[in-house]
Order: sequence, then C-alpha cells, then structure tokens
Amino acid sequence: MIVGQQKPFEEIWQMVKDHRQLTVFGCNTCVAVCHQGGNKEAGILASQLRMRATQEDLAREIVDSGVERQCEHEFFERTDELIRGSEAVLSLACGIGVQFMAERYPKIPVYPALNTTFLGDVPEVGLFREKCQACGDCVLGVTGGVCPVSRCAKRLLNGPCGGSTNGKCEISKETECAWQLVVDRLEALGRLGDYEKVMPIKDWSKDRAGGPRAFRLEDF
Amino acid sequence: MVETITGSRLEKVLKSGHQAVTSECGPPRSADASHIIKKGHLIKDHVDAINVTDNQTSVTRLCSLAACVHLKLQGLDPVLQMVVRDRNRIALQSDILGAASFGIQNVLCLSGDHQRFGDHPQAQNVFDLDSMQLVQTVRHMRDEGKFLSGDEIKQPPSMFVGAAANPFGDPFKIRVPRLAKKVACGAEFIQTQCIYNLDKFEKWMEGVRERSLHEKVYILAGITPLRSVGMARYLQKNVPGMDVPDELIERMKGVEKSKQADEGITIAVETIQRLKECKGVAGFHVMAIEWEEKVPEIVERSGLYPRPQID
Ligand code: SF4
Ligand code: SF4
Repeated sequence: MIVGQQKPFEEIWQMVKDHRQLTVFGCNTCVAVCHQGGNKEAGILASQLRMRATQEDLAREIVDSGVERQCEHEFFERTDELIRGSEAVLSLACGIGVQFMAERYPKIPVYPALNTTFLGDVPEVGLFREKCQACGDCVLGVTGGVCPVSRCAKRLLNGPCGGSTNGKCEISKETECAWQLVVDRLEALGRLGDYEKVMPIKDWSKDRAGGPRAFRLEDF
Repeated sequence: MVETITGSRLEKVLKSGHQAVTSECGPPRSADASHIIKKGHLIKDHVDAINVTDNQTSVTRLCSLAACVHLKLQGLDPVLQMVVRDRNRIALQSDILGAASFGIQNVLCLSGDHQRFGDHPQAQNVFDLDSMQLVQTVRHMRDEGKFLSGDEIKQPPSMFVGAAANPFGDPFKIRVPRLAKKVACGAEFIQTQCIYNLDKFEKWMEGVRERSLHEKVYILAGITPLRSVGMARYLQKNVPGMDVPDELIERMKGVEKSKQADEGITIAVETIQRLKECKGVAGFHVMAIEWEEKVPEIVERSGLYPRPQID
C-alpha cells in the first residue's frame, strides 16, 4: 500500500491560512492504515486548524469530510457538491489523490497535507517498510522474493556491496542489508547457487526513466 | 615480451609474473592539480600504477578522469577509478572513451560509497549499472567494440579492467561466489579492501584457490598502514565492511604515541611479507590515505623494490 506522513503542522498552516474557507478532506484507504490521512485524521487536523485560526484571530470556516479513495471518480458522488462549493481543499490523500482532485476540480486549489513516502507493507502494528518502487520490470523471481531495487540503498542487482556488515546496510545500523536477506532466502530455498547468475543490465525505461507510464484495459 | 591486450604497464607487470605494486592518490577538493602531481611523483618509482579515487567517501573532488590525465601527462600509469553512484550508462561510457583518448589504460569499476557519508547527503544517486555491470560494459566496449546500445565504436577503448573485492564484508559465505561473479563479468584484476584480519583473508584466499579463481584474475591485496591507535579504533567501529581485530588495537596501544605511526608501518610491512607467501596473491595495493610519502618506505622494507623495468 501507499504510505504517507503528515507534513509538519506549521507547513500546512502556512499553505492554507489565507483561505477564508477550507475543506479538509481525508482518503480512507492506504493512508488511513498508517493513521496519517484517513477521514478521522481529517477531522483532527481540521480542529487543529480551527484552533490555530482562533489563536490568530482570523475568521475561518473550516469543515472536514472525506471519501474512501481520492484516486477514482466513483467515490466522489456524495461529496461533489461540498467540494465544488469550497474555496480550497486540503487533501490528506497520497500525491495521487491530490493530483486526481486537482484535475477533477480545475478551479479549486488543492493542497497536500501529507508527504507521500513509499510503497510498503505493515509487518507489525505501527511499523511500515518500503517494499517496492514500481520499477516496471519485477526481478523478485530471481532474488528470492526480496526486492533489491527498493530495499538496497544502492539498488544493486548483483550485490551485496562491500559495506554489508552483520546483516546491516552501510548507510545505517537500523537498515537491513537487502542482499543479506536475498542470500539468506536463497539459501533457505536451497538455491544459493543462483546467486552466481549475473543479473543483466536493467532496462530502466520501464521505470520512471521512460516517462509517465500508463496502461489501458482493452475490454472496458 | 609477454603478450598483453592493452599495453597497460600494470597488465605487463602482472602478466610477466612479477608481484605488482599499486598505490592510490585522492584528488584535491579544488581546481589545483599541482597537489596530485606532487603525490604522483612521490611514489612513482615505487609502484607500477596509481589509482585515482573517484569522489571517495562521496565527497566532491576534482574528477578522477582529469586527475588521471594529469598523471598520464607526467608519464605515470594511472588507474581510473569509476563509481556507478554518480553517472548513468551514457556518462560512464563517455568517460571511458574520454580516458582512453588520453591513453589511460586501467579502470577500476566500483559501486561507490552511499552519498549519505559525503558532503552532499541530499544528492540524488544514480546506480543505473552496478559495479559488475560496469565491468561487463568496459569489456564489451573493448572486446566487442560496441556500446551497450549495440552501436559500433570505431576506435574501442583499450583498458585493463579491474574490480574491488571485500573479503570481510557480509555475508561471508558469498564472498568467494561474489568474486567468481566478478570474474565471470570479465574482471582482470582485483584490488581488495584493506587487510587487517590476516586469518580471515587467508581463509578467503583458500576458497578462491579451491575454485581456481586466482588463475583467472590477478588479486592485489589491499594494505593501509595505521597511523595511530585512534585510527585503528575508528576503522573498527565506524567503517562498514572493515575488519580490524582487537589484537591489532592492543598492539598499537602498547606503543607510545610518538611511535605508533612507525608501528603501523611495521605492521603493514609484516602483512605484505606474510601475504607474499600466500598462493594466489599477485601483488599489493598500498593505500596510504593522505600519507603517500610513506609508500616508498613500505615498498622498500617489504622487499618489493626496485620495481621491474618493463618495456
Ligand atoms: S523489482 Fe521492481 S516491481 Fe519488483 S518489487 Fe522491486 S521495485 Fe517493485
Ligand atoms: S549494504 Fe547491502 S543494502 Fe546496503 S547498499 Fe550495500 S548491498 Fe545494498
């Protein structure tokens, strides 16, 4: 899923403080799982903003709302009117939701309340880890199901580099060395010999290097 | 006359069966090349080739390519170090052509430290290729006369291709397979991480010999003299992939401060003497970081001087 983190409150306030009316708008799927962007967080953020406005003696009308997913048209029916009537929207979706709204409501300024951080999993409650960078040409089949593109700090395809120490990455003792994980996993699968297969030079044109990607289902 | 592919002095020394000696110079953090030229002259009679580091530890410096050109113009044999951190395949191939156009005949293909350690931790990194793929790239350019794209290179670069190996990095079980992989990619010489844990290094070499890798690639053992007990401790604690045994720290500690540097040199000399007997070690890469003036002494005391006269 997509993981995001709320921007510092001060940064959010500076972005939106000049609008007399504001709708704080949650997205209740991915970024709700990480308790940063759901409809509940939208409610909390709206009241923080109202408090701040009162402290600064500014007359502001701040409402909160949200949808299940800010990246698809069908979820907007109920809230369409509210948004069309807003002077500005503060979106708690990931960068995709913010852009989708900006495109859907061309005349209404939409501001991001989150920093979209990565595509990750939830190995335990309250912990999120990056797992994929959507490189467009997945190599998990040859790396024992551990992604070196997103999890190795140098995205080495034939690693590990010389900096791997006690299973940790050279960049920090808190970061697992992806290649230690690859090797352990290959060994557990009885496939350590596969490590010696040289991974070919990657075609990054399927990644961001190829420009914005799109794909269309033909039958729809 | 031994048969060589590239005309590199390093290649000639190795192929004629001598134990080679290389060293390295770090370029300055300025546009003044006199500094690196001076360093080159300090060591030139005691080494066969001089590596020029490429923005080592991710700190911005005068570029490796330009520094190599300066050394080449002084009649020295430089080894162009290239990290894949800062350039994509277009820039890497273009720099290889540029280096070859100045008669630079050795290249060392590296991944490079992560930029987090350097002076620009906010920088974007590239890592389009990895170090093994860079080895393949240079060999492809030289042997097939082609770019990665498949387009022909009218005058291919003539480069002796090297890579690094760290026998002390983890996981240890793939350290020999990793070397095998670099050999399979086309590495012709290897320079290793600084060796302080000799037992572990010899164990690695055993694995290397079991697979006869030493017959396919020239392995130069990495030697860095310790200057003080503080440096030894720093390397042990703070440099990832570095293995400094406690005994060595004790040994440095047992010597009074003013004599520690000499002790460090003695340790380096003893290391070389022991490894000269290690089958499969084809030479030494003496990295005296910002202490180049000591290289001649180390080389002489280790019995590696004079260097063979080639051509
Ligand atoms: S290889 Fe690419 S697609 Fe597969 S998990 Fe890694 S980044 Fe995602
Ligand atoms: S230590 Fe491991 S994860 Fe970190 S850069 Fe090196 S190979 Fe990648």
